[in-house]
Amino acid sequence: MKNCTITIDNKEVTVPEGTSILEAAKKVSINIPTLCNHPDQTVKANCRICLVETKPGKLETACSTKVRDGMTINTVSKLVRDTQRGVLELILANHPQDCLKCIRNGKCELQKLCEMFHISKSNLEDEIDALEKDESNPSIVRDHSKCIKCNRCIEVCQEVQGVSILSHAHRSTKYCITPAFEKKLVNTLCVFCGQCTSVCPVGALYEKDDTEKVWNALYNDNLHVIVQIAPAVRVSIGEEFGAKPGTKVTGKVVAALRRLGFDKVFDTDFTADLTIMEEGHELLDRINRGGTLPMITSCSPGWINYIEGFYPQLLDHLSSCKSPQQMFGALSKTYYAKKLDLDPSQIFTVSIMPCTAKKYEAERKEMSSYGYRDVDAVLTTRELARMIKSASIDFLNIEEENFDEPFGITTGAGVIFGVTGGVMEAALRTVYEVVTEHELENLDFMDVRGLEGIKEATVDLNGTPIKVAVAHGLSNAKKILNQINEGKSDYTFIEVMCCPGGCIGGGGQPIGSTMKVREERIKGIYDVDKVMPLRKSHENPAVKELYEEFLGQPLGKISHKLLHTTYSPRSEKIDFDYLQWNNEIALTEE
Amino acid sequence: MNRTVNIISKNFKKYNPESIEEYLELGGFEALKKAIEMGPQEIISTLKTSGLKGRGGAAFSTGRKWEYSANVKGDKKFIICNADEGEPATFKDRYLLEYDPFKVIEGMIIAAYTTGSTNGYIYIREEYKYLHNKVRKAIELAEKHGFLGKNILGSGLNFNIKVVSGAGAYVCGESTALIESIEGKSGRPRLKLTRTSKQGLFGLPTLVNNVETLAAVPPILEMGVEEYIKYGTHTSKGTKLISLCGNVNKPGAYEVPFGITLREIIYDIGGGIKDGKQLKFLQLGGASGAIIPAKLIDIKYCYEDLEEHGASVGSGAILVADETNKVTHFLKSVQDFFIHESCGKCTPCREGNRQLTKIINRFVTGNASVEDLKTVEKFANVMKYASFCGLGQTAPTALLTAIKYFPVEFYQQIDRIRKTS
Repeated sequence: MKNCTITIDNKEVTVPEGTSILEAAKKVSINIPTLCNHPDQTVKANCRICLVETKPGKLETACSTKVRDGMTINTVSKLVRDTQRGVLELILANHPQDCLKCIRNGKCELQKLCEMFHISKSNLEDEIDALEKDESNPSIVRDHSKCIKCNRCIEVCQEVQGVSILSHAHRSTKYCITPAFEKKLVNTLCVFCGQCTSVCPVGALYEKDDTEKVWNALYNDNLHVIVQIAPAVRVSIGEEFGAKPGTKVTGKVVAALRRLGFDKVFDTDFTADLTIMEEGHELLDRINRGGTLPMITSCSPGWINYIEGFYPQLLDHLSSCKSPQQMFGALSKTYYAKKLDLDPSQIFTVSIMPCTAKKYEAERKEMSSYGYRDVDAVLTTRELARMIKSASIDFLNIEEENFDEPFGITTGAGVIFGVTGGVMEAALRTVYEVVTEHELENLDFMDVRGLEGIKEATVDLNGTPIKVAVAHGLSNAKKILNQINEGKSDYTFIEVMCCPGGCIGGGGQPIGSTMKVREERIKGIYDVDKVMPLRKSHENPAVKELYEEFLGQPLGKISHKLLHTTYSPRSEKIDFDYLQWNNEIALTEE
Repeated sequence: MNRTVNIISKNFKKYNPESIEEYLELGGFEALKKAIEMGPQEIISTLKTSGLKGRGGAAFSTGRKWEYSANVKGDKKFIICNADEGEPATFKDRYLLEYDPFKVIEGMIIAAYTTGSTNGYIYIREEYKYLHNKVRKAIELAEKHGFLGKNILGSGLNFNIKVVSGAGAYVCGESTALIESIEGKSGRPRLKLTRTSKQGLFGLPTLVNNVETLAAVPPILEMGVEEYIKYGTHTSKGTKLISLCGNVNKPGAYEVPFGITLREIIYDIGGGIKDGKQLKFLQLGGASGAIIPAKLIDIKYCYEDLEEHGASVGSGAILVADETNKVTHFLKSVQDFFIHESCGKCTPCREGNRQLTKIINRFVTGNASVEDLKTVEKFANVMKYASFCGLGQTAPTALLTAIKYFPVEFYQQIDRIRKTS
């Protein structure tokens, strides 16, 4: 490839042809300010903050302009600075400057620009659009009075997830990012994945904060408050406190949760192992009895929302297994309650999830098999970090602690649920050994690992080769569903994760989940798996004990009642009236 | 002496636009035949010699534009005739479509032949609804006579044309917003990472030309380029259709040679100012154009001389304002237009227009501050330098030239020394 030699602020640099001015400037240690630009997205050039002078009196956006050989660029001329500051002043005049109260305080890209430019005064008159907040759903809040119209959320919604709920409407000062016909999210087929909250540079899209609900439960002496943490949280929450992405902080989270006042701290990995037992046997059952194939995993609630809304004709392909979060919830109100001799109403079950869709999942009508909600409150990784900060816990220096028993005994198979391909790999480790009755020599199924959109593998089960696929990001899932729809799918088992990279890239994870960060978190997860003494779900002694003491066998009668669920086509209108569940009469059958 | 000419406008009101026979009698489609004899290379070099520039406002060399397009390979290539004519005070394309639609079609066919294009669109603004079917009818007649369709005049060219209606947005006159609109999306300009000639409509090679540009091609080929360039100046060759309007006795679309003075246009062609009033200023090129004070009316109407004074030919609109017009009130009408038409995509245009509107309104009501004048100029410049597309870049042109030529009118509207808010 040809190289271009250019001069940026009197410094010469040679870069390959096709490099943007923005990237070229980084080579000489100049970080041109940006706002709409996102490392994983297409170039938009609509915020106009990154303008630089390419000829005297001519400004071009550094993000979208490719270097031309011999170009002389000035990034600090008076014209550049005046214009950049002017653009920023214009944004500020239309932005509610309630930074101290904003959920993105300290993590806002606009705030960072303000710090850089230090606009102490402006002659512009503020005009903030009076727009209603959309708090209609359990997962995501849209406060579009704060929206700066960067279009990042639209790209992630339309291109990465392929759900196309967010789009733009109107023009000029009324131009806005909105679902079609300005519907509230709850009245659309939004899957609540929260990827939009993850790419929003400001506080216009964020998770619904349930921390107060959890604090109140903790303060209630009549409640036994227990908590489960999802696999993906342990390699990401450290970022909120300055640790590098992928740093494993499991023991610190456990300790912090105890300091916050949780009575027992458990691990969702445990019910991930349980999911493998149920799902693995369901798969074998379908293969042996000619059930609907390919069978598709069901642990990702954004994915469930998607297939219910967009491919209702394919619901039979879904495994009937509840997600690990919900299995945990169901057990907490039955098996665990019985063990502790507590009334289920006294148990308040919290989960810490990398996911905003989990909030919605916990509130689904069918997730209360015995009259009690399986899970009472769901916090995202970001919310837990918020609680830890507000409790003044020195997170990075806290002494590590271990999970409580029995739901704290886990395997490597459970932890890899947090990454794309992990459920598949965990299932294969178990299914292989159950079917062949041989010990698996190599536990690492490399074919299903990594960030490629759709991954395939073939596994030999006693002479029968079965073909499996793994997809992450709903636009990839869509391709697989279309194959099934057209009768062209030759897979037996498919794993789908709603978010790119799997749960480690979930919509509830710390802000800044770029692809690079996702890679680091994935590495962190596999590092945890590698050093676990047990790496296969069916070897988990606590799971074995659970079957012996309570469930009987996988797919048994109690499993069926507690650990499995049903799906139904989703219309655009979701009715949350049933959430008056507190008044429901407990229908305990035991 | 009235110096109007009849080159592009030769056929105006000379034939019934619903009769292709009458157009043929006037020598219609002779230029196409000549073009096929010349071949693409010669057409391109002829256009380069003619100095023909985009007549929609951007003034890019038509010969070079066609050359780029001709060099792009592709089985399916588009030509779009931009008849969105949304620029306020501009109506010359309407005259062309109304009185000589076949010439526009002929120009498009020549463009298709030159660039090897297969499909044409005429994007007509929604407000010209009454023209949509008339142009469709003309296309139909051209098809029947073998000027459109397969193997046109034995040249091997296959080409057809469709009429598409805009939906009322001014920004769709911007070529990439126009393309988005034809694709069925909302009309907002696109980020051009590659030239439209390579990747335009539906991602395929596309040539976008203004109505007048296309209509100028047949006469140039027919009369010969040497004859054509006798009109105009050394650097602004040929003729231009102007839309003369405002406080003038004889408003209308006229064809003038470049190099004519503004005085000649207003007084000889336009019959002077209405009701014997004094001329105060002109706005050239539509709402996005510059304001020129009366004292400058002896300058020549051509690209280079206007540029010297911070103005441009633009679409060819010439809006005449007499002494009764207050500059600040006039700017409000311009500003009201732009705040309505900004697409909202980029910050400077969306928020800049919002702020400019507020401040100009204070000048109109007479309670602006000294800071307001500085602020309005500062943000007009931010818009000019930072906006995504031509709309935002040129929206403050009238304001900036008004501040330059009529500063006193602003000071008269200031009632506070310091901003009180």
